[in-house]
Amino acid sequence: MVLLRASGVGRTFGSFTAVQDVTMRVGPGEVVGLLGANGAGKTTLIRMLLGLLDTTAGEVELLGGPPDRELRRRLGYVPQGLGLYRDLSVAENLAFTSQAYGTPPPALPESLRPVAGRLVAEIPLGLQRQLAFVAALAHRPEVLVLDEPTSGVDALARAALWDTIHEQAEKGVGVLVTTHNMAEAEQCDRLLLMSQARLVAEGSEADIIGSTTAVAVRTGDWARAFAVLNQAGQPVMLAGRDVRVADADPGQVRSVLAAAGLAADVVGVPATIEERMMVLARAAERA
Amino acid sequence: MTYAVRSAVVRFGDTLALDEVSLLVEPGSVVAVVGGDGAGKTTLLRSLVGEVALERGQVDAPAPTKIGYLPASAGSWPALTVAQNMDFVGGIYGLSGKALASRRDELLERAALQHSTGQLASQLSGGMRRKLGFSMAMLHNPALLVLDEPSTGVDPVSRVDLWRLVSEAAAAGAAVVMTTTYLDEAERAASLLALDGGRTLASGTLQDVLGTFDGAIARTATPQRRHWAWRRGREYHEYWPAATDLPPDDIAVIPDLEDVVIALSLLRGHDLEPVS
Repeated sequence: MVLLRASGVGRTFGSFTAVQDVTMRVGPGEVVGLLGANGAGKTTLIRMLLGLLDTTAGEVELLGGPPDRELRRRLGYVPQGLGLYRDLSVAENLAFTSQAYGTPPPALPESLRPVAGRLVAEIPLGLQRQLAFVAALAHRPEVLVLDEPTSGVDALARAALWDTIHEQAEKGVGVLVTTHNMAEAEQCDRLLLMSQARLVAEGSEADIIGSTTAVAVRTGDWARAFAVLNQAGQPVMLAGRDVRVADADPGQVRSVLAAAGLAADVVGVPATIEERMMVLARAAERA
Repeated sequence: MTYAVRSAVVRFGDTLALDEVSLLVEPGSVVAVVGGDGAGKTTLLRSLVGEVALERGQVDAPAPTKIGYLPASAGSWPALTVAQNMDFVGGIYGLSGKALASRRDELLERAALQHSTGQLASQLSGGMRRKLGFSMAMLHNPALLVLDEPSTGVDPVSRVDLWRLVSEAAAAGAAVVMTTTYLDEAERAASLLALDGGRTLASGTLQDVLGTFDGAIARTATPQRRHWAWRRGREYHEYWPAATDLPPDDIAVIPDLEDVVIALSLLRGHDLEPVS
């Protein structure tokens, strides 16, 4: 059974189109990454999939039917704000959630036991995120929706959270996760890229990057190369001491540099996901 | 003139927030300080700008008028518009009239905020608000630019914009230090400092940090020691502190910064424990 499904889904707010004609699905055991800049429509899409917001076009399904409270009992959701009560303790939060879902309170993992009695507002972000996970998993959901689950935490805590996500997927849970950290794209089985209300790419990292390329410039005088290319209106970035230009032609970059008297190694390279998103954003601005 | 914090010890009550941490920031370059929540990043930056006193150690920083500081919280006043925020800070630094207007407009255009001048800061997206805060910190052309988590929670496109703004400032000669939870940003900086619980995990250029890393990282579908392994995509990476212990059938990968930071954190005695 498909756990989450959107078919030609759209949502307008007055004259503003937040989501347009999106078709996607999440199946059991899959980890699907939903990527996109601010305003791309990710949160609106998620709210419609969860039944928290009506669609103005198309259909959504949660666990095989129109999303409602009964079906939401089988869903685990960790929103960006974590959904925890900051002025209740760790244990009180779990007691509240277990009463809401009618399930017994879960055992606390070892990392949270020392702070069971502490207010959520007083524990570090990494532990808050772990608690939010425990609360979302306590009623053994069949589908998980996670909004930026690793924002702000260190590499080790991030790895531990992803271990949890993969464990759930191995048990057959379907996971939809949004992230602003493109390094996490490799953690997903499949990626969805939204831009300006639409789904513009789907599949592997290579599918998301598509045919977008970039140019890598290596030169002793990186600062001047950067300044010259920036002045010429090129979308430049620094990678260490290398300068990268998204969506550019190596020959053109070479001539801009040569005109400024700069010699450099200039080579075409595949773009990063961020560079693809930057190119999409620029195109949208010009339109 | 290298700006620096040298062997800093900072204590808040019973907590040792910084334990002999050193940071060097050269003009014309970007230093990234990486670590999670509670690592000591904000305390280190606040020591550098003189907001926090050291119990031991030394700070070499320019006069406050030559420092531009973007704190981890918003960095702009929510009830003021974009233009008002810039004008207010400009006034504090003694800029006014045409000089202020042209500097403000130049910075806002570079940050792609020129069409949002009349919007309240509270109405901006997270990424736009950080870009505004950055522009405010740049108004007086500081010699030392100190940015606390400018990119946390920011969308990828704004993050690229922010990185471009940061690179521009360094290319123009500023000494820039920024804290981040993003390892790819630390990889892009001229040098990095990885902090964990107030102590230095690693420091230097990316090549230094990768080059001095001891041990081996194996790529495997079935780790031998669960406490020393973490997921990368469909497989695991497993850390062997003594490279000679690496099982013959396991493939050793060339460690990247994420591997090194996780491995060093594990050596320090942390735990990788799945929550469920």
